[in-house]
Amino acid sequence: MKPLAPISSSARVVLGISFFILFVAAWSYATFGGFVSKTFLANPLTMLRDGWWLLTTQGFLFDIGMTIWRVIGGFVLAALLAVPIGILMGAYKPIEAFLEPFVSFARYLPASAFIPLLILWAGIGELQKLLVIFIGSVFQLILMVAVTVGSVRRDLVEASLTLGARDAGVLKRVLIPSAAPGIAEILRLVLGWAWTYVIVAELIGSSSGIGHMIIDSQALLATGQIIFGIIVIGIIGLISDYAFKAANRAMFPWSLI
Amino acid sequence: MSKLVIENVSRIFPAVGGGTPTRALEPTNLCVADNDFVTILGPSGCGKSTLLRMVAGLDRPTTGRILLDGRAITGPGADRGMVFQSYTLFPWLTVSENISFGLRERGISPRERNAIAGEWLDKVGLTSFANHFPKQLSGGMQQRTAIARALANSPEILLLDEPFGALDNQTRALMQELLLGIWERERKTVIFVTHDIEEAVFLASRVVVMSARPGRIKADVAVDLPHPRHYTIKTSPEFSALKARLTEEIRVEAVLAAEVH
Ligand SMILES: Nc1ncnc2c1ncn2[C@@H]1O[C@H](COP(=O)(O)OP(=O)(O)O)[C@@H](O)[C@H]1O
Ligand SMILES: [Mg+2]
Repeated sequence: MKPLAPISSSARVVLGISFFILFVAAWSYATFGGFVSKTFLANPLTMLRDGWWLLTTQGFLFDIGMTIWRVIGGFVLAALLAVPIGILMGAYKPIEAFLEPFVSFARYLPASAFIPLLILWAGIGELQKLLVIFIGSVFQLILMVAVTVGSVRRDLVEASLTLGARDAGVLKRVLIPSAAPGIAEILRLVLGWAWTYVIVAELIGSSSGIGHMIIDSQALLATGQIIFGIIVIGIIGLISDYAFKAANRAMFPWSLI
Repeated sequence: MSKLVIENVSRIFPAVGGGTPTRALEPTNLCVADNDFVTILGPSGCGKSTLLRMVAGLDRPTTGRILLDGRAITGPGADRGMVFQSYTLFPWLTVSENISFGLRERGISPRERNAIAGEWLDKVGLTSFANHFPKQLSGGMQQRTAIARALANSPEILLLDEPFGALDNQTRALMQELLLGIWERERKTVIFVTHDIEEAVFLASRVVVMSARPGRIKADVAVDLPHPRHYTIKTSPEFSALKARLTEEIRVEAVLAAEVH
């Protein structure tokens, strides 16, 4: 193997899939071979059977839908607030000086630690779930967007100034378009983190969602169902990641040349 | 009649981390006539970029002032177009959109913008690349676009900071002819910074030689070669004589600069 040498796209797919196969093979070996007790780890077949049962008789599709809606709802709220604030922070140093210390502090507050408080404030309804995801994402988004906008090439800004751009023009037609692919990439990354918060939110005081199913299954020692739930989360994450990447490629063709 | 007046302009960069302040430019006086093509020639580090950036309004003089058409320069503006040494096309805009960037900032209608961009694409020979993105162009094409972008905005004065410095020799020679051809037709006021003697003589009607750091003007040489100039002029005796004279002037400075750095 040569460092950094590219590989063909078919080789990429084959290699990517073969790791999944290897993973399932190791799992099968450990479980079917009797190296791990059934109580602790279900085998792949049990997992699939439990999953089918969940989907067909337990209305698990509804749970999946609920979880997706919560992630997207909380994340969209966070993005709607964070992206404009982050852009302003990156562009205007006084705003950055005003907000940056607080946001940096708030960023380290674990969203999960807010769950008891949020239950007190907002009950155990949907609002509480959305708020957990919101709190978990919004500060990260603000900081990362601010850094991206603040590090736009200085010489491009200078070029626009010598072409007659004023403050608003520099912001709208240089800083924002230049930072846009970076911001889209940040959204993709933080959406991944939002998935962790939603499951934690659903583990506590919830009557629906993938996290709720997982905590119920724990009481029944149904490891097959738990693993099925985890795998469903992974698959949804993978799909949304690919969708995001494809959307970014379509929106910002210039950034890939 | 002077288009641009540089009066007593100096620039001292404040010290960083307990060092000594950098005297980038000693108090400098320079007048540039309307429609003139002036090249500023000097070894690297002598304050050429600093001077040009102050004319563009991207940097402020420590002392002195700069007047364009009698008005003091206080910041950057569309009346002073600039072409940088680094590639500064906007990567998210096509070549054509890059050229009309300044027109758009001035609120000119899309139809008129397109017409003007079309003209400039033609003048710099990039019509068939109108819808390419900058990263799809060679270095020479990018700088041609940058020149078109600055001129499409019809500035009072065009400032160029070693625009061909990163290009290979053949491309550079072609770019010099292209720029000179445009100037011979449009007769804009131009200040062109370079460390290349041949380039300075070929383009200019006047070469201003700067000394090594701290920079100041040490010679001001008129170039009376006729226009339109053809590249063959580079082998004429007059050209060689000018080149020899400037080589002598700059050699002393280059030796000094080498000792400083
Ligand atoms: N922003 C700055 N801060 C501190 N020193 C600078 C800055 N810009 C330029 N200088 C210094 O000023 C001197 C002149 O630089 P410059 O004008 O870029 O020279 P040239 O363009 O002739 O090569 C150099 O010694 C450089 O290190
Ligand atoms: Mg320079």
